[in-house]
Amino acid sequence: MLEMLTRRIIPCLDVTLDESGCADVVKGEQFEELRYAGDPVELAQQYNRQGADELVFLDITASAEGRETMLDVVRRTADEVFIPLTVGGGISSVDDVKEVLRAGADKTAMNTAALQNPDLVEDAAENFGSQCVVVAIDAQRNYDIEEGEHIYTVDGRDCWFEAVVYGGREPTGVDAVEWAQDAAERGAGEILLTSMHGDGTKDGYDLPVTRAVSEAVDVPVIASGGAGGPEHMLEAFEDGKADAALAASIFHFDEYTVEEVKEYLDDNGVPVRI
Amino acid sequence: MKVDIVDYGLGNLRSVTRGLERAGADVRVTEEADIVRGSEALVLPGVGAFKEGMRGSSELHEALVDAVNDGAPLLGICLGMQMLMTASEEGGHAEGLDLVGGEVVRFPCEVGKVPHMGWNTVDVVSSHPLMDGVDGEHFYFVHSFYAAVDDYTVGSTEYGEDYAVEFSAVVSNSDGNVVGTQFHPEKSGDAGLRVLENYVEFARDR
Repeated sequence: MLEMLTRRIIPCLDVTLDESGCADVVKGEQFEELRYAGDPVELAQQYNRQGADELVFLDITASAEGRETMLDVVRRTADEVFIPLTVGGGISSVDDVKEVLRAGADKTAMNTAALQNPDLVEDAAENFGSQCVVVAIDAQRNYDIEEGEHIYTVDGRDCWFEAVVYGGREPTGVDAVEWAQDAAERGAGEILLTSMHGDGTKDGYDLPVTRAVSEAVDVPVIASGGAGGPEHMLEAFEDGKADAALAASIFHFDEYTVEEVKEYLDDNGVPVRI
Repeated sequence: MKVDIVDYGLGNLRSVTRGLERAGADVRVTEEADIVRGSEALVLPGVGAFKEGMRGSSELHEALVDAVNDGAPLLGICLGMQMLMTASEEGGHAEGLDLVGGEVVRFPCEVGKVPHMGWNTVDVVSSHPLMDGVDGEHFYFVHSFYAAVDDYTVGSTEYGEDYAVEFSAVVSNSDGNVVGTQFHPEKSGDAGLRVLENYVEFARDR
């Protein structure tokens, strides 16, 4: 058997509340128009059976009711599914981190709150260890190169990668590569990088930004946003240098199983857990 | 079979509790030295930093050592495994429980990304009932420090592509009642649940 750390395949479940207050998994295109995808705990079990390496739950309501529901989903999932669980969405304090870890999560993903208050990354890492601190960065290309710190040439044009918040609606002026390095230095154990360029499109991950961040930090990077099939994951590992690939809709709507994705990767020489 | 999980106030205990329950154990989570001292079987879970873990009451640590010296089985997981060792260089230098004689050191940056995070294979190099039926399986790891391969090694794992380090994925003391896994069995799917079952069965047979 090949002795090697395998590349991880991570289904992501965007969790919201339906009209009766129950948890649903949904998926939108570029963070808009949501489609119903199923019950989160059932989906989690299904992905676990298919060989998912980890699961990510994102509370897209970022509300008090959403949080309570999410904790319940995490508890019920952790009782049945024995693989790492990451929870994100609205986590903005050390107490929030503690609450989701106690519910059975192994990692917390912090996005806007970490960008606005980078000390939170340090506090969480000091209290619970870097292994449970994932910093989520949403990035998009910005062609106004006067503003950026790290400039890359993509398809013949110079650009930089800007961190955005609020589902991509608000640019921050922060260089995503710089922020990823800073977050890792402050104790983030992993970077979850979502490219707004690709998110929901199924045209593939934004490989230039994935590679830029992955080469800039010493911690693992999860590529996210844009997966339409196993070939995109292969690209994320080979060209994007990612350590893990996250996808949502291709799994939710039964286009591919995790198993099919892994078989494809295995056939193409990527080490995966089968 | 009653199994006591030692709670030193860090992180997710739910998964290890449920995993052991699934393995047939009657699980109790405790932070009391008296309960630890009289325990039939112990689990020292682990997430967090070494010094934070060892900062817990010295009374609890003494109780763990007493229980083990009386022959109680003890399973350390991840940081819990590292705490079984003599010392760690995490955060400068910190004393461990010294139940397994060895040092915990940081991965050199040449191995690539640190922490070593994800699923990797474990080769059983020295027989122990804990690892029955899982030789060569994948397990979930997340750690930046490791114990080298030595006499105490039961299972080994390699990390790094161009420059690789072989480290102890599973350790045991010479009596065999103290065992530790660098990986998280409670997060390693079916193979991990098998290790927890093996532990419960091993503890029951002693």
